[in-house]
Amino acid sequence: MSARPPTMTRFRDVQTELEKSGAAIFRDSDGVESLIVRYPYAISYIHSYAEDTPFFLGLAEGRLRGSKCRRPKCKFVFATPRSHCMVCGAPTEWIDLPTHGRVHSWTTCHFGSEAFLKETPYNLALVEFDGAGSLLLVRLKDCAESDLFIGMRVEARFEPNPKYSVTDVWFVPSG
Amino acid sequence: MVTGGLTKFAKAHPAMDFRLMVKRAYDYALKGVPGLTADRIDGTRISYFSDHFARQLKAASMVQDYLGMNPKGSVRIEWGGATGGECFQAAYEAVASGRMDVCLAAGFETMSRVATWKGNEFIALASDTNFDFPLGGFYTGYYALMVVRHIYEYLRKGKYAEVKDEREAQRLAIAEGSRIMSKVSVKNHRNALHNPYAQYPKRLTVEDVLRSEMISYPLTRGQICTMSDGAAVAVLCTEERAKEFTDRPVRVSGVGCGTDTMRLADRPFGRVPLLPHERAKDYEDLEYPGVHSFRAGRAAGLEAYRMAGITRPTAELDFIELHDAYASSEIQTYEDLGLCRYGEGYDFVEQGDPFLKGIDYGFSTPRAGTMPVNPSGGLIACGHPVGATGLMQGVFAFWQLQGTIGKHFGDPTLQLDHPRRGAIHSHAGTGSSVTVSILERGFR
Repeated sequence: MSARPPTMTRFRDVQTELEKSGAAIFRDSDGVESLIVRYPYAISYIHSYAEDTPFFLGLAEGRLRGSKCRRPKCKFVFATPRSHCMVCGAPTEWIDLPTHGRVHSWTTCHFGSEAFLKETPYNLALVEFDGAGSLLLVRLKDCAESDLFIGMRVEARFEPNPKYSVTDVWFVPSG
Repeated sequence: MVTGGLTKFAKAHPAMDFRLMVKRAYDYALKGVPGLTADRIDGTRISYFSDHFARQLKAASMVQDYLGMNPKGSVRIEWGGATGGECFQAAYEAVASGRMDVCLAAGFETMSRVATWKGNEFIALASDTNFDFPLGGFYTGYYALMVVRHIYEYLRKGKYAEVKDEREAQRLAIAEGSRIMSKVSVKNHRNALHNPYAQYPKRLTVEDVLRSEMISYPLTRGQICTMSDGAAVAVLCTEERAKEFTDRPVRVSGVGCGTDTMRLADRPFGRVPLLPHERAKDYEDLEYPGVHSFRAGRAAGLEAYRMAGITRPTAELDFIELHDAYASSEIQTYEDLGLCRYGEGYDFVEQGDPFLKGIDYGFSTPRAGTMPVNPSGGLIACGHPVGATGLMQGVFAFWQLQGTIGKHFGDPTLQLDHPRRGAIHSHAGTGSSVTVSILERGFR
């Protein structure tokens, strides 16, 4: 075994070498050498949905839930639920949202975070619902970039084998 | 402000860790001011965005000791993409409150430590991890959602209002918006050809930008800033000390900060908080901010302008260094900061107002020089090492106001003609927090 790891002059080669052997020396254009090592990090969090729990359990039952301010003079309806009203601070109650809505805005992601790269391209949409004062961000499936437009009617689909993630609901164009 | 310094922003600085980068920027800053020695600094504010990139908690403490600043006071500042701008204001507050006479603001980021798409994942963790991140957590996607709506509000309902077919009208509007956004990208890359600190100086055409890889429709690679390694510092002090250190100080005459909801989905549909030169009837039919505009940027601008006594931004500011993480957000920010009315951002580009006089961008810019925006090249061309970015803007603005761009860049092209007042604008998380600071020439 050599005492010195291989020397690279292109930074992008360093990453390849780290995947292979875990260490490399980078020599820059001034001849300065830097020892670079692979430094992994993985962790599983104990993540509670806490007060958002009914939304996620609702998805598992095929229900799309928002929340509504309990204060009679406010009654603001949140399509992305929150347990206290952002407008007046009062507690909210859980309500069922319509499963049909309209695209408020959209995009098609051709790249993404590392965790989602394998799913590209995918569509994101902010959906508006009758009677709700805020929106919901979702994946929009079964339609191509060229089909999408603001105002498009869409409806919810639910994951039959829930993963207990917001991805348990997605939308498709209304038939 | 009496001095500033920065490293070149680069894809990677493997031979320097964050401590050495800050040290280089700090040494450069102090070299320019012989009377300002380490013992004259009362304390520091140190900024970096992400512990994930650093993989070293309390990294600011390591900067503090590397600079030999112990046992002076220090606080780490983090405020998403606006981290650097917030650090600048934290140093301002340390001095304005009377707590310190001289405060060092220092910021850095080392984003090269992970692959680009892993870096995007770290950045996306600055979106709601219950409702937003799991859908594909990707900031370019979030900004694309915003610009698609911005184009709908102002081009579909504006220039293309007469087109009957809804889909056709929206496609035409997006194509037009994309073309105009690309001009912003051409401007910033072109300006950066004269800035040796910039990561991506380039001579591009609108077609080059449009044809670059599609990242998240309609945003192409050429319209998006990159990840960078870099550091920047600024030294702020009382007026009394400033006179002692330099005959060319710059006065911070206004600071503002605004916020908005973390989730785009929660943004309200209300009325526009008006700047002095706007009228309610300008925006009768506009639901604001929705997802098309940055209410936090408007709030930050309102506060900073009020403090600095600015009532007509375009007439009273000579330039702005603003947070163009995306070409789209530069256009949205023109409107938030009142450089034009809401809805006029695209025309503002077409007329040429934010371009520099005397530079050939490859297309006509009739009103070039009217309101220079990102004369340095901005984030799109300089790079965006998050914790350093807002301070980088502070340093560039400082040199502009001092009239020393030529000296520091080794090229006077980007030096504006005797600017008296400028603004810096730092922006985080789809506009969840924004800072605006006003800087003025503090000498005759």
